[in-house]
Amino acid sequence: MSIATPVSSLLLMSAEDNCMIARTALAKGDTVVIDGQAVTLSQNILIGHKVARRALAVGDKVLRYGALIGSITAPVGIGEHIHTHNLESDYIPTYTLGQDGHHFLDKEAK
Amino acid sequence: MNAPTHNRVAPANAALVSQLTGFPRADGRKGIRNIVVVAYMVECAHHVARQMVNAFPGQDVHLIGFTGCFPNDYADQVMRRLLTHPNVGAVLLVSLGCEGFNKYGLSSAVADSDRPVHTITIQENSGTRPSVRSGVEWISWALEHLAQQQRVPMAIDELVVATICGGSDSTSGISANPAVGVAFDTLIAAGSPCIFEETGELVGCEYHMQRRAVTPGLGDAIVATVAKAARYYTIMGHGSFSPGNADGGLTTQEEKSLGAYAKSGSSPIVGILKPGDQPAGGGLYLLDVVPDGEPRFGFPNVSDNAEIVELISCGAHITLFTTGRGSVVGSAISPVIKVCANPQTFERLSDDMDINAGKILTGEASLEEVGAEIVDAVLRVAAGEMSRSEDLGHQEFVLTYKQFDAVGPGCFPLRAA
Repeated sequence: MSIATPVSSLLLMSAEDNCMIARTALAKGDTVVIDGQAVTLSQNILIGHKVARRALAVGDKVLRYGALIGSITAPVGIGEHIHTHNLESDYIPTYTLGQDGHHFLDKEAK
Repeated sequence: MNAPTHNRVAPANAALVSQLTGFPRADGRKGIRNIVVVAYMVECAHHVARQMVNAFPGQDVHLIGFTGCFPNDYADQVMRRLLTHPNVGAVLLVSLGCEGFNKYGLSSAVADSDRPVHTITIQENSGTRPSVRSGVEWISWALEHLAQQQRVPMAIDELVVATICGGSDSTSGISANPAVGVAFDTLIAAGSPCIFEETGELVGCEYHMQRRAVTPGLGDAIVATVAKAARYYTIMGHGSFSPGNADGGLTTQEEKSLGAYAKSGSSPIVGILKPGDQPAGGGLYLLDVVPDGEPRFGFPNVSDNAEIVELISCGAHITLFTTGRGSVVGSAISPVIKVCANPQTFERLSDDMDINAGKILTGEASLEEVGAEIVDAVLRVAAGEMSRSEDLGHQEFVLTYKQFDAVGPGCFPLRAA
């Protein structure tokens, strides 16, 4: 890019976190910088959504704000989207609503 | 997780603090509004009550009520607190005539608070048309009566401020919620009672909150309160998590909770309230909204407005409502100030939003700057300026059945001291 962006496109909420937050909508093919490493995004990331700060394995705990927000259910590469398809609550299943009806995605991801 | 720390809490804008005024009430509190409330005692009286209120568009006449015919101690307590809330100047009760709600006790409680109160019973008043006519006459009289009352100076520590989040997304916990936390720290430092709530949205934060409690007994009570909420929601089969939360990038209940928790700021927690309890002085209070005992009447709070009503029943003059997806609601009785977390949502719904906290995400403003902007908005709305939802005519109201035990001795350490 020829023009420097005024602020980084990813937010790190706490030093020990293993996910980062998109501060604006990002597109597949965009390059983001994660801990000094250039990473090309393999999918679109909406504002506020999470991407992996490093590769994560099944059973790994995800940290945001330096606090646990759940467990990984499918392998995630650096810069990949972390959401209901690969992260589940350690407390209560997450309920989502699709065009085809209601789902408890955490349970179905298993 | 480390406690959020601020080296210095910014003071509230002195010029705005000096302009704060309110309507004095017999119990010593002051109201920032002077509203005629029309309350129906059962759904069967709803239409008649609404016809009365509809005769006064754009005026301070608000409609509230209870749909059920069966009596309920919680609903009775909340209704008493609402009808004697400092923002309320006069009360009209609309009864069908055969419902279970204790309209006599309610009427006595309002009369004892030195407010004009009148009851219209539809079955004894020849039905719909004559009842509406009588109601409109009484409301006209009440509005003239209230117009004679003057605002008097009000101190910032007389102002009770509450917060809630609704339509949360992943930006809520980054911008709007921590900015409200900054505002809460400023208001609490000035002596105001501030209330945060929804223990079901604090699952995962219980041990951090425990460390912020002013006594070990209160800390233990906070942990027990959140455990109660987690159990209740597990039995109901849903967390306090909506499909829109997931669309907005939140994945799990505990992730949503951590973002919601940021609204509480960094002040010590001085007490736990249940709906209808009044704060015992300034400081930060947690409102426990989850019923006690086995689940009996359904979900703890059917929607955001049920929580706002409970906050108002605890004396809240103003509710700070943070939203990422974009809620448009206001409330009867007490103004709602909307703090929008997501800059994209703010663009779409700017007419409904009071504060654009999305500026924090885009790098146009700091958390502290938006926190100060929120405190300024609280003081302006308290002094009489309309919030966006008030201006748009939002007066939502929800009151349902619930079951509560009284708070334990550990929940009110300052009152006990």
